[in-house]
Amino acid sequence: MDPDQSEDSHSNSANSHGPTQPPSPFPDEVLEKVLSFIDSRKDRGSVSLVRKDWYNAERWTRSKLFIGNCYSVSPEIVARRFPRIKSVTLKGKPRFSDFNMLPRDWGANVHSWLVMFAKVYPFLEELRLKRMTVTDESLELLAKSFPGFKALTLSSCDGFSENGLKAIASHCRNLTELDIQDSVTDDVGGGWLSCFPENFASLEVLNFSSLNCEVSFDDLERLVSRCKSLRVLKVNDSITLDQLRRLLVHAPRLMELGTGSFMQELTPRQYEDIESAFSNCKNLQVLSGLWEATSLYLPVLYGACASLTFLNLSDVALQSSEFARLLVHCPNLRRLWVIDTVEDKGLEAVGSSCPLLEELRVFPSDPYDRHHRDGVTELGFLAVSRGCRKLRYVLYFCRRMTNAAVITIVQNCPDFTHFRLCIMIPGQPDYLTNEPMDEAFAAVVKTCTKLKRLSVSGLLTDLTFEYIGKYAKNLETLSVAFAGSSDWGMQCVLEGCPKLRKLEIRDCPFGNAALLSGREKYEMMRSLWMSSCNVTMKGCRLLAKEMPRLNVEVIKDEGSDDGQADRVYVYRSVAGPRRDAPPFVLTL
Amino acid sequence: MSPPLLGVEGQSQCNVSLMASSASADRVAQNGLGLKERNYLGLSDSSSVDSSVVPEEKKSNLNLKATELRLGLPGSQSPERESDFTLLSPGKLDEKQLFPLIPSKDGICLLSQKTVVSGNKRGFSDTVDGFSESKSTMFNEGNWMFNPAGSDSGQTKLAGNAGMNVMLSNRSSGTQTSVKTEVPAKTSNECGNKMNGSNANSAPASKAQVVGWPPIRSFRKNSLATTSKNNDEVDGKPGPGALFVKVSMDGAPYLRKVDLRTYSTYQELSSALEKMFSCFTLGQCGPQGAPSREMLSESKLRDLLHGSEYVLTYEDKDGDWMLVGDVPWEMFIDSCKRLKIMKGSDAIGLAPRAVEKSKNRN
Repeated sequence: MDPDQSEDSHSNSANSHGPTQPPSPFPDEVLEKVLSFIDSRKDRGSVSLVRKDWYNAERWTRSKLFIGNCYSVSPEIVARRFPRIKSVTLKGKPRFSDFNMLPRDWGANVHSWLVMFAKVYPFLEELRLKRMTVTDESLELLAKSFPGFKALTLSSCDGFSENGLKAIASHCRNLTELDIQDSVTDDVGGGWLSCFPENFASLEVLNFSSLNCEVSFDDLERLVSRCKSLRVLKVNDSITLDQLRRLLVHAPRLMELGTGSFMQELTPRQYEDIESAFSNCKNLQVLSGLWEATSLYLPVLYGACASLTFLNLSDVALQSSEFARLLVHCPNLRRLWVIDTVEDKGLEAVGSSCPLLEELRVFPSDPYDRHHRDGVTELGFLAVSRGCRKLRYVLYFCRRMTNAAVITIVQNCPDFTHFRLCIMIPGQPDYLTNEPMDEAFAAVVKTCTKLKRLSVSGLLTDLTFEYIGKYAKNLETLSVAFAGSSDWGMQCVLEGCPKLRKLEIRDCPFGNAALLSGREKYEMMRSLWMSSCNVTMKGCRLLAKEMPRLNVEVIKDEGSDDGQADRVYVYRSVAGPRRDAPPFVLTL
Repeated sequence: MSPPLLGVEGQSQCNVSLMASSASADRVAQNGLGLKERNYLGLSDSSSVDSSVVPEEKKSNLNLKATELRLGLPGSQSPERESDFTLLSPGKLDEKQLFPLIPSKDGICLLSQKTVVSGNKRGFSDTVDGFSESKSTMFNEGNWMFNPAGSDSGQTKLAGNAGMNVMLSNRSSGTQTSVKTEVPAKTSNECGNKMNGSNANSAPASKAQVVGWPPIRSFRKNSLATTSKNNDEVDGKPGPGALFVKVSMDGAPYLRKVDLRTYSTYQELSSALEKMFSCFTLGQCGPQGAPSREMLSESKLRDLLHGSEYVLTYEDKDGDWMLVGDVPWEMFIDSCKRLKIMKGSDAIGLAPRAVEKSKNRN
């Protein structure tokens, strides 16, 4: 388990008052030099625990900061400990906020962090934010405070508009990466792209595929043509096929491409031109976008697919035949994301065409229709497992599954590290035997010893959780919904799973006894989320009282009983309770 | 679905064309601007209060069972357990389910209900500024498709419930909690019913909605919108008999083309067209769905943009402009040369002619 910032600080405050330590065999400068080669944050965490001078040497040589929960530590504490940071990764909201389970304005605003960074880390170069609220004001502060700033990644962030991006484009002279993934912001105009100065040419990564805006194509084309080191370009669907062709002509060395819209009437000449533009992209490893691509135009891609390792078709609903034809050209695929319109038949093609596949994600085309008859089933998953023995990451949305299928699948592919199965109908049993899906997940945890992440679904009793607690020794993240029979289930998980870091639960019959059974465990985890379970305010208050180093936050639903704790978020923190909590977040 | 707009290559030159921006149109549409909820109750087997933005064209999937009163959680499989129904009293839940619609910036749908007793199948309106209580009333009133529980529908419905019932009984605190859980009053933000992804409106009856379930992220809404089930195409070429007609709209800067063979009902066509053109009707639609002119009520097909000033017309083989919807679909396909979305005021006088004409034909 990674020592987070908070854990480091915990143990170090103890060390600093320990008995005096013998002098170090080598001078600080040597120690620092040696430690400067260590990149892994786990290793650095370990290093910092050895002795006081190592702790100091480590903190002076750390240049990359990773904070998995922005509320687990404060900007002040971080600034005090680490004087020389050049790269920061900050994550904010709990993952369930992706599914609208948190009200807006919940928090995770990056501004106070930026204010501190501006003071303490003037040489900051990289900022990677995930699920944080980033306002225009913050982006402007960022743009103006760090002259050497290079790389900005906003993943699932919200709160900004065109103005913030304009500030970045205008002021960050040395920008190499602007990567906006899965933006939750709707009101972004496209004028920001035109704000890059005429002589600006350092961009290597540009991703605005999730932004809903129209950019000036001419400005984009000029930008692409002068950024000779551009290796990642992901445009949004306002860019047409023909425009894309022109961009490709300027950037044939692209390694990652996100196309724009693939629907356009093309003359035969245009078709040929596009085909040859794609064929010239010999270095393409990642391909995405392809909005509205149909079988008519997919073939233009074929020439670019030979070295593809990651094909992201999650924005285009293909049918099995055209999908199968495309796959034939992609023998080197390691990662594949697809929509379930390809059906089991399409997945059979995956099994036969992609022997090197390691990751498969199948998204539902119509998740909200319970009667939807299409999509994928256990058969598709089976087919993939037979052909792709190296599979280690799967995210699979389906409407039916059987225990037998899952058992066979993990026998075929025992190396799973991430197994996320979402049977979309809550409480759905094995559709052949009508039994709970306990045995399926039992097989997963018993067979896949390297399992780090598990999402369970379907009809599940406490038995599933007994198995998980007993066998999932490497499990770090567990997501549970509509499952379990009693507190016992959750207790099994909390008492087992030695490496558990994140536990997220919704709509399960787990109550106070289960919640409280994990009190010590939560200090070793990043966070716990429980919503629509049987936990009460009393239980939460008790937890908060007994564990002062945990923040216990409750959000109540309108109209629910006073005693009910509808949404509970528990996380360890050395920064104490949040100071910026909105009124609907009750900090206990 | 996105109708293939790709004509045979030879034709492409003559079209000033088809911007490949249907996606953005879709997206704009999905933001709810200009979208109307339309109620096709009884018009077809479409189970919805479906907004055209709802991604897929419901075709043969539709069944009236989908519109039945349900008293259990979705997806439960085994039959039986009538006793449990008594625990969930629809009456009580009615109250809980009448949430005022609150526009919110992020476009998350407003009606929250933890499904279950989705006896009240409601359409949701999108969070467009200006759509408010009037919309909710519209939907509260009479847009629900019920079949009284029991009789022939009994089997499937009950079948649908057991899984959840099993769950209900497993909960230590019993039904109390489950009911509560099933129908919590949530703040507007969370009601993001699973359309949390799509800013698409409406929950067709067959869709039981639970907040944040399945766990799909909002940015995937675009792919949902473009699910196309009907590629008639064989080996990449338009299927035999593809019937492309141009569609123009008053005030729109460019034409579109649709393949009429990819639809089988007027409603599908209408939905597709609305999706394509809704971006041009921003701000021009009124909140209510009532037809504004008498003659339009004669049309079997609701106005293309329900409640707006636009009507869908077509030019037939004789060169006459007719209102769409008066003749059987097959006949329409045979005679339609092109489509035009006109302002209602321009369409006055078309209806009578259309009816006469079809009479003459017969």
